[in-house]
Amino acid sequence: MKGRPELYTSYAQDMAFLNTRPKRAWTGGLVILALVLPFAITDDLLQLLATGFVAAIGAIGLNIVTGYAGQVSLGHAFFLAIGAYTGAALSGSETGRVIGFGITSLPIWLLASGLVAAFFGVLVAPVAVRLRGLYLAIVTLGLVFLGEHVFREWTSLTGGPGVGRPAAVPELFGVRLDQDNAVFTAAQQLYLVMFVLLVIFGVLARNLVRSRVGRAFAAVRDRDLAASVIGVDLTKYKVLAFAVSSFYAGVAGALLFVMNGFFDPGSFSLLLSVQYIAMVLIGGAGTISGAIMGALFITLLPRITRELPAVLPFISGDATGAVTVFQVEAVLYGVLIIVFLIVEPRGLFGIWVRVRNYWRTWPFSY
Amino acid sequence: MDEFLQSLVRGLGTGSIYSLLALGFVIIYKSTQVISFAQPAFMLAGAVLVSYLAPQVSFFGAVIVAALVIAVLALGVERTVLRPMVGKPVFVVAIITIGVDVVVRVVTNAFIGLEVRQVGDPWGLTTVSFLGAEVQQRYLVMIGTTAVVTAALFLFFRYSRIGLAMRAVAYDQEVALAQGISVGSVFALSWALAGGLAALAGVFVATGAGVDQQLWIVALKALPAIILGGLESLGGAVVGGLAVGVVESLFGTYQGDFAPWLGPNFGLVAPYALMLLVLLVRPYGLFGKREVERL
Repeated sequence: MKGRPELYTSYAQDMAFLNTRPKRAWTGGLVILALVLPFAITDDLLQLLATGFVAAIGAIGLNIVTGYAGQVSLGHAFFLAIGAYTGAALSGSETGRVIGFGITSLPIWLLASGLVAAFFGVLVAPVAVRLRGLYLAIVTLGLVFLGEHVFREWTSLTGGPGVGRPAAVPELFGVRLDQDNAVFTAAQQLYLVMFVLLVIFGVLARNLVRSRVGRAFAAVRDRDLAASVIGVDLTKYKVLAFAVSSFYAGVAGALLFVMNGFFDPGSFSLLLSVQYIAMVLIGGAGTISGAIMGALFITLLPRITRELPAVLPFISGDATGAVTVFQVEAVLYGVLIIVFLIVEPRGLFGIWVRVRNYWRTWPFSY
Repeated sequence: MDEFLQSLVRGLGTGSIYSLLALGFVIIYKSTQVISFAQPAFMLAGAVLVSYLAPQVSFFGAVIVAALVIAVLALGVERTVLRPMVGKPVFVVAIITIGVDVVVRVVTNAFIGLEVRQVGDPWGLTTVSFLGAEVQQRYLVMIGTTAVVTAALFLFFRYSRIGLAMRAVAYDQEVALAQGISVGSVFALSWALAGGLAALAGVFVATGAGVDQQLWIVALKALPAIILGGLESLGGAVVGGLAVGVVESLFGTYQGDFAPWLGPNFGLVAPYALMLLVLLVRPYGLFGKREVERL
């Protein structure tokens, strides 16, 4: 089919991983850009982007259970916490104050964090199978509170509120990623590793959702009763959705605090869950690239609002003035969620689709 | 025995706060099929408003004014933010209410500042003798007020014309619309009612301890209450609220002796554990409606 790139002649072609030429070009371009970036921008910005990539892994996870399988979960912070503490405890060293097993190899503790979180996801899933809609949302919200209590009290694992413990130790093939070495700075290494992990988990998720399993998820989301009538095993797919989502959350949780190096149990509050919901909704529910866009957007938001006082003088940059950047930032979460859901329910991804369609037929775009 | 009676009264007192909040949740749920996560913000705003008004117009005047103002605020939110979303998936609308909650709460926090604000209630922490035990006056006031408000609400739904309209909308929106009921005003009114109830609850939470930025967390305890009672049941909301309060208080008093391995302050999260247990047995709560679905 030379010269007819948009003509599909088989189902496999239509369902291909990157099924159009522009998609291939854009993806390739973005990957190259992301790989060049660490040598062009400063280390603190790199750290922020690395955090954004990790958040994107978590947002993809939430998107699988909420965006694809339609099971509203406000409990993502709980699964992130489980991943974070599994990773930190496995890779940390025993200090007398907090426990640690000293297994510093990144692939091992990363996988373990994901699996432990997935195990808890499977434990929660039976409740989810029996409940629908908002009942489920509230139960998962309860999980966050129960989790917060456990992490506050179990001080030998978490270091206790206000004190915390060191995050997981990232070591790959004997190289400590969080320390500068002869070739790269710490920020550059972490950025590259997080980017590679995001690509791996993004591709895995994309493959999952365009397979039989993904179509079953979508059927459950759109009408679970109808799905079960046409032979989708509801229990199996709901449990699977929770397991995969929690696995992603566990992985993201374990990596999330590596950049800072330290975290305390207060981080895993309801606010964190709401942030991830915001990432998924602002990015675009039910799309992998949307989740990534949303996660980067929400992670970069504090950085953007911090620039505001220079433009709008009535906003004060520290905590003293009448309107502070911290308030603006908090209000923005709420306002953005509302505005996106009312005006552009498909999120950033929807905006991108509209821009794309406009230019596709340019200059005859009406 | 004194200890038991004290913690029982304390539980019923805080439980009646949860009941007021839970009634708000259920009223909104029944008319719009949405759980409004904005209730915590309205509760906080109510308490803060009273703390500003009380010096001017006395405590009781301030409570009435605050309840009305918050009711109007909630009505305004419904008209502007929620109305465009009628017919959209309930999950999306619920998330929007989270957004509303965040916005209202941040704005309210700016009026609280870093200190604890007093609402100027006449009870404080004074105690009275009740069946031989010293209990705090304010808990008895809470129980009494909630009983009166609940009774008034039930009479309103049972006997007034608007109450009848609200019940009709809860039963079937389309049929209610066909009978000439303005479904839109019912939505607005239920938000207003819920807002007023939340403001009242906020004042009660703030008696004794005052208002700080963490006060809103209390409102989330009403969620296990409505799940316990069942989302569609007003009676269930009251029972659920009281149950949550009593469980929390009894755990606070006795859990240290019986189950210290759960860690201190487990009482604060005990309602959520209770909710999980009840849902495993009864997925629609104690008084909820079992959903019958058609394809």
